[in-house]
Amino acid sequence: MSAAKQWTIPSVREALETKNISARELTVEFYSRIEKRNPELNAFLALSPERAYAQADCIDAMRARGETLPALAGVPVAIKDVISTRGIRTTCGSRILETYVPPYDATAVERLESAGAIILGKTNCDEFAMGSSNENSAYGPVRNPVATDRVPGGSSGGSAAAVAAGLAVAALGTDTGGSIRQPGAFCGIPAMMPTYGRVSRYGLIAFASSLDRIGPLTKTVHDAAALLAVIEGHDANDSTSANVPRSDYFEEMEKPIRGMRIGIPAEYFGEGMDPEVRAKVEAGIELMKRIGCQPVELRMPHTEYAIATYYIVATAEASSNLARFDGVRYGLRVTGDSLREMYKKTRGRGFGPEVKRRIMLGTYALSSGYYDAYYLRAQKVRTLIARDFMLAFEKVDAIVTPTSPSPAFLLGERTTDPLSMYLADIYTVTGSLAGIPGISVPCGTTSKRLPVGLQIFGTRFAESRVLQLAHAFEQAGGFSF
Amino acid sequence: MKISREDVLYVAELAHLELEESEVEALRGQLDAILTHIDKLKQVDVSAVEPMAQVLHSGASPEAALRDDVVRPSDVADAVLEQAPEAKKPYFRVPKVIQR
Repeated sequence: MSAAKQWTIPSVREALETKNISARELTVEFYSRIEKRNPELNAFLALSPERAYAQADCIDAMRARGETLPALAGVPVAIKDVISTRGIRTTCGSRILETYVPPYDATAVERLESAGAIILGKTNCDEFAMGSSNENSAYGPVRNPVATDRVPGGSSGGSAAAVAAGLAVAALGTDTGGSIRQPGAFCGIPAMMPTYGRVSRYGLIAFASSLDRIGPLTKTVHDAAALLAVIEGHDANDSTSANVPRSDYFEEMEKPIRGMRIGIPAEYFGEGMDPEVRAKVEAGIELMKRIGCQPVELRMPHTEYAIATYYIVATAEASSNLARFDGVRYGLRVTGDSLREMYKKTRGRGFGPEVKRRIMLGTYALSSGYYDAYYLRAQKVRTLIARDFMLAFEKVDAIVTPTSPSPAFLLGERTTDPLSMYLADIYTVTGSLAGIPGISVPCGTTSKRLPVGLQIFGTRFAESRVLQLAHAFEQAGGFSF
Repeated sequence: MKISREDVLYVAELAHLELEESEVEALRGQLDAILTHIDKLKQVDVSAVEPMAQVLHSGASPEAALRDDVVRPSDVADAVLEQAPEAKKPYFRVPKVIQR
């Protein structure tokens, strides 16, 4: 792999335009990389060569006719397996959907393909996107390509591993509490959660509807912007998609960074953080200062309640969303003597331990006598967490934090204690609850050469600002010190 | 102890989940630990706080995102039924619900 070319969206375009390679040849190259590396990494759960080569031939025909190529022409992409793809098996990493083949495409997938992208296949993930290590997949864990005895993060672990290992130029992931950003950090690539409502979720198999977002994992910040520009925008098929003006991210990204106020919240630099992660993120902030950013100390007093709030809101919504998997309309059915027995056996057999745990927690939090104490209270604390951010963004243009308290941990290291796994989501769930955009960018490596992630939050619909700072940081060498 | 074995069995009934005996005890301990952490929320004064029931539209007009409710043609019924464990067009089939 070391000699293999590191493709990016602009380099694919250049190669296709200068006729150095055809879209078909490029697709062949990526499938051969997948064939070599996937048996070890387990990043892909399904491949779609028929669809990929048909699209590649379509791009090559456009090239032969001398037509202007669309924005993502010939770019090989991977799609997280919770996002529906017509004719391609979509399992959500679950046994309960082992044989499910969606009859339609998610809007984000349709938009990628309309822009010329080549869909290589579907990537592994924690079952129904519930997890922070990819160890909750019914189809086995993904290995981190940077250190194969370690987890790639989760839940979009397969997407992050595929991009980091060069098995796809870009990937779609989903983020509910950190599931794009944390695997991006663990695998050493930029990974972005857009504002709630920025990207249509039509065709995304729902986990927690007030939190779920689709976003890009890529090799560069420029590529993240390029993917976002294609998948974003209002969609009549998703009533939660926002009708907001688009910005020209490429123009915005090149604007000078000097004078940008970056908030550093004390609550994100407290106890429990790996000292090497702290050192790297602090060095990253120093670099931002050197390129002209002004740091502003912040207090965000409700941060410590974010995990408790998140694990009530997310599980309550999950318990409701996952009620649809009952053996009637799709996927697994385990027969029983009555309809009720069929539901119970199907769900008992079809769901893995983490999904059952969250359905149980969410059902409990919504049950009679506990609703006010748990769910309603959590929704109120969520208001306070979002307010912390809104007040902060009156003083700063962006907020800079670590993405995760530790670098990638060993496979199996945390599987016995679900609560400790939840607590490690502390820096990412806050932005999820507030509905704001955030990106994780690489910020150097530890002494064991494990990637560290630095997170940048912006206010709602301020993706331009987030990308601008991330891009300036990348250009200044921030990814690799 | 916040959660008893009976609580686990009751919630599993509500959630339509059949649990193995080993799962019941494991879940009891895990849910107990998680709910103990979640008790932190009781420290927060929420007396004058509205719940965040909407993300995008908190404070804004919700109509902005709603489309007209009109019937549109759709021809996916057969494709959808093909994914069903058991179907007899145009219906999904389930075990008998009403005994005569």
